[in-house]
This record gives sequence, C-alpha cells and structure tokens, in this order.
Amino acid sequence: MSTPYAKLPAWADYGLIPLINLSVAFIVAGFVVMLVGENPFRAAVILVEGAFGRGTGIAFTLFYATTFIFTGLSVAVAAHCSLFNIGTEGQAYIGGLGIALVCLSFDSVLPWWVIFPIAIVAAAAFGALWGLIPAYLQAKRGSHIVITTIMFNFIAASAMVYLLVGALKPAGSQAPQTRNFLAGAELPKLNWVIELFGAKIRSAPLNICFLLALVMAFLVWLLIWRTRLGYEMRTYGHSPKAARYAGISETRIIITAMMISGALAGMMALNPVMGDQHNVAIDFVSGAGYVGIAVALMGRLHPVGIVLAAILFGMLYQGGAELAFEMPAISRDMIVIIQGLVILFAGALEHMFRPYIQALFASVSPKSVGMQAVKGTGA
Amino acid sequence: MFNAIVQVLDSTIRLSVPLLLACLAGLYSERAGIFDIGLEGKMLVGAFAGASAAAVFHSALIGLGTAILISVAFALVHGFASITHRGNQIVSGVAINFIAAGSTIILGQAWFSQGGRTPALQPGERFAAITWPGADAIRDVPIIGPIYAELISGHSILVYFAFAMVPFTWWVLFRTRFGLRMRAVGENPAAVDTAGISVAWLRYRALICTGILTGVAGAYLSMAQNGGFVKDMTAGKGYIALAALIFAKWKPVNAMFACLLFGFLDAASIRLQGSPLPLVGKVPAQFMQALPYVLTVILLAGFIGKAIPPRAGGVPYVKER
Repeated sequence: MSTPYAKLPAWADYGLIPLINLSVAFIVAGFVVMLVGENPFRAAVILVEGAFGRGTGIAFTLFYATTFIFTGLSVAVAAHCSLFNIGTEGQAYIGGLGIALVCLSFDSVLPWWVIFPIAIVAAAAFGALWGLIPAYLQAKRGSHIVITTIMFNFIAASAMVYLLVGALKPAGSQAPQTRNFLAGAELPKLNWVIELFGAKIRSAPLNICFLLALVMAFLVWLLIWRTRLGYEMRTYGHSPKAARYAGISETRIIITAMMISGALAGMMALNPVMGDQHNVAIDFVSGAGYVGIAVALMGRLHPVGIVLAAILFGMLYQGGAELAFEMPAISRDMIVIIQGLVILFAGALEHMFRPYIQALFASVSPKSVGMQAVKGTGA
Repeated sequence: MFNAIVQVLDSTIRLSVPLLLACLAGLYSERAGIFDIGLEGKMLVGAFAGASAAAVFHSALIGLGTAILISVAFALVHGFASITHRGNQIVSGVAINFIAAGSTIILGQAWFSQGGRTPALQPGERFAAITWPGADAIRDVPIIGPIYAELISGHSILVYFAFAMVPFTWWVLFRTRFGLRMRAVGENPAAVDTAGISVAWLRYRALICTGILTGVAGAYLSMAQNGGFVKDMTAGKGYIALAALIFAKWKPVNAMFACLLFGFLDAASIRLQGSPLPLVGKVPAQFMQALPYVLTVILLAGFIGKAIPPRAGGVPYVKER
C-alpha cells in the first residue's frame, strides 16, 4: 500500500507511530470507562495485574495470545497480497470441523502425537478450502473478496449450526456440540514452563499450540520476506499492474495467498478445540477471527509485531475477565470496544498523526526526513 | 391457506423494513464512492440510542431524533477516517462495528443494569401501529379485507417512511443536482473536482444521509418492531442489507425488491420451522438463513447478471498535485 507521505526514520515508523495510535485508542477507551462511572486508572491496574500478576493469569494470557497469533498471521498473509480477508472467522470455524472429524474418528485408537499432526493438516486443509472459494471468485470472476468472505462467514456459521445440532451431535444429547474427545485428542499443557519460573498455576489451558503458533510466525516471516512466492505476493500487493507486467499469474497468487491465509485461520481452531474444550461447540471461535484484524494491523503485518500484538490482546482478554469480577459495571465487552478503537486508530486513522510527527522531525532535524520529501509528493 | 399467505407477507414487510432502510443508507454512501461495512454498527447504536432516549424522556420522537443523531455521528467518524484522512474504508467500517457492538452493551449495562437491555418501552414511547380508516370494517371481506387490514394497514409510521424512501431516493439520485453530483463522485471524483465541486463535502453529505437512514433503521428495530433494545439486536442485518445492495446493483427500486426477497426468506423460514414443504421435503432452517448470503455470492460471481459497483468505490480521493 503506498502512502502519500514522506519517509520517517524506521524507529519512528515502526515504533513511535503505532505507540501513539495505540495510546490514543486506550485514552478514548479510558473515557468510556469514565462514562460508565469507574476509574480508568484503577481499571488499567486491575487489568494488568489480572493478566500478569499470577502464574495462572500469565498462562491464560498466553493461551488467548496463541489464538490471536494464528488469526493475526492469517489476516497479515492475505493483506501482504492486498487482499482483505475478513473471512478468518469462518475459516477458523470450518477448520474446527476438520479437527472434529479427525478427533472423533481416531481419538480412541491413536495417541495425541499421531493425532496432532493429522489434525493440523485437516484444520489447515479445511480452512484453506473455505478461503479457496472466495479467492477463486475474486481471481476469476472479479467479485470483491471482502464481501464474499463476509458472506462465507455467515454461510459457515449456518453450516456449522446445521451440523452441530444434527449429524455431529451425539444421540440423546441436548447441547449443540460434539461429544467430548477422549484422551487421545487432548494436547499436553505447557503450564510447567511457567512453573519453572516459580509461579503457581491452577488449571490453565496453555498448551503446545503456543509453540506451533511461534513456529508458524517464523514460517510466515520466511515465506513473506525470504521466498520467491512471498516476493510475488508483496509485489502483487504493492502494484497488481507491476506484478502482471513481471509475468506473475494473478489467479495463482491470489488463490495461493488466500489458501495460506485460510490454512492459518483453520489452525487457530486447534488451540481452543484440542487444547481446552476437547469438543467442537457452536460459536467456539467467538470473534477471534475479527480480533485477528486488529492484531495484524497493530503488528503492522510483521510476524514479530503480530506476536507482540497478540500477547497484548491476550492480556486484554484475560485481564478483562478479571476486570469484570472487580468492576461489575464493566463486562468483558469492554475488550470489544478497545478492539474497535485499536482498529480505528491503528488501521483506518493510521496516518492521522503522521504529518504532525513529520513536521516535528523536520523542525528538529531536517535531514532525518529529507526536506524535499516533507512537501509530500511521495507516491 | 390464503390467510397463511397474508400472514407470511405481513411478516415479510415487517422483517424487510430494517433491511430496506439500511440498504438505502448504504446506497447513498456507496454511490458516493465510500464503501460502508459499518451499516451494522450504525444501526446498532441507532437502536440503542433510540430506545434509551425514548425510555428516559418518555417520547418516541425524542428517541428517533437521538437515534439519528448518534448514527450520523458514527457516520461522520467513518467520514473523518476515510475521507479526511484517506484511511482504508473497510478497516474503518469494521472498527465502527466493533465500537458499536461493545459500547451498546457496556453503556446499556451501566445505565440501566438489565443485562444489556434498555427498559421496556411504554405505549407512548414507541411507534405504534397505525390503523387505516375502514380497516376494521372491511376485515371480513374476502381477499381484499385481509390484504387491506393486514398488509397495508396496521404498520408503524416508520414502515411507511421506509417504503416512501424508495421513490424519494430514486428522485434524489436521478432527478436532482445533488444526486447527479453524488453519482459522479462515486464514478469519477477527479471530474467533479475539476468542475469546482468539493469531493470531500459531497461525500460527507452522502454519509450524513447514510447516518440518518441507519438511525431510522435502528429506531425501527428497538422502538417499533420490539419494545426496547436487546444486545446485538441487529444480528447481521447490516450485512444482509449490504448483500441486498449488491443484489440490487445499487439501484433504489431494485433494493426494495431485494430486501423484500430477503425478508420473505426470513419470514418463510420462521413460518416453515419444522414443517415440510410440498416438493422438496423438510428444509433445514439454517439453509433458509444462509440463502441470502449464498444468493449474493452467486450474484457476485456473475452467474445472475453482473453487479458492477461504483467505479471509485473504496478508493480515497487524492487531489493531483
């Protein structure tokens, strides 16, 4: 995406500006807390203590972060190819279906370390497939990917409800979910790692998916910046015309990018399904796909940024739960507001403060921005 | 049998009104070249603000006014991000949906402490059904009676407003100077700019129209169809409206038919719950719910004619330097 603004030093571009945007989002959120009649500073203290104060809190924070790393990476991979994948939510939901099929078939016969790789492949494949159709329609028929992926979220939701109240529900049960998986489909916990540092943990769902998420973050970095495919994706993202001129197949690149994005989204389902609930229930994704948009934007589409942003959102989720205990007026929906504000200020209003910061830099040290660029013909 | 059909059509009208208002709202902004995914969120804040104000001030009109005011404010935030700061319009719309979803629940709980609901509205505080003259007298006349008494009479004023907005929007769009310029700014903003007309101001005005209509749509949900606000009461209607807009190829009269079609699917799925259809057997409710989305995808893919959006849609306008 080209910006009509001049370049800033890298540390300002990747550190200062996101930090300012984030602070503004939190200040506005603070006003909402005041509107509710609570003290925003106390709320912030409770939130941070709830997320990092005790071992259990840290484990929960990282558990949520795992989910958001997957969805954030999913959004980012598509975004590098200038595709806005709002369908992460639906792709993760369908990914859960793949996991359910694998686990329900094999959980009584195979150990977890055999089921886990199969489930990864199934989750990725189902998610990728759900991303494939919108990608195909975008590439071949020119239908707008944003609209189709939104539609596919709803279609996925309907299809999953249909399956979960029908074929996947065990006979005689009332709850719209699959039967609980047996031990073979339960992933080992990672809580002992945190306990090594002396913190005490009472049951928390942090599991090896966290490691998988970190590996995926590394692989995404490798893909985007160190492979030919990633280069082609970024080229197409910057300028479809240039990509076409360079002989890059538009269809191939859109479909590949969306399938990778869908696969990452599908893998997100591993964390809650196999690591925590041990079944697939209605709406188990519960908005994590949309959080991925905020995470990707805040992480500026870079895996390192995404991991950090995911941990921040994990903190908000875990701390938000504690906050709801301490301040009854504030429920966990506060996070949804913060999420929206982060998307607004770090995404849509990304460039709001840039001219002022550039002016500031220009007046302090003209060389750092290059005076000619300040006039801002840019791209 | 005939009465059953009239009843389904009656609920079709009731269910399609919020879609129609939101769809026309989207039509104004998208025709002016601003994609608006935030219809859902603006409807939601409208519904919440309307029901809250009506409950506090005991007046339906104050409720409606507040709904419009807050909804327009959110539309202006979208404008500020996507017109003034040339941000990504889709990102901004997504943000508005989140802020709306979260803040209506938080504020509702803090102000009324009824689990995110607003207080139940009393008769004077909501839009009551209007009975047309003679409706009760001819109710028993076969065919005409039920049609007049159920379908035409007996809706709230907002329903008639919504359907009146269809010819009005057509007139604004195709017979006024503002409409001409608005369509031009959605197709070729540079030409409008060359003619000495402010692109930004035109787009802002289009977004204000959008805000007004989503505000009314929200007020209809919480003050006419229901007697108060329930959390997340729009339940994806904003997205269905968006689908209807595409289905209607950005034309007002088509929009009405698209919304009636989607409203009918909804009404039919409620009516048919559990009972089998003559030819196809039992249709799962989820299939009916998914049908508007499936139809939109098929349309978008170009299998039922081609839907071509306004050409400058989604692209922030940058003056040439």
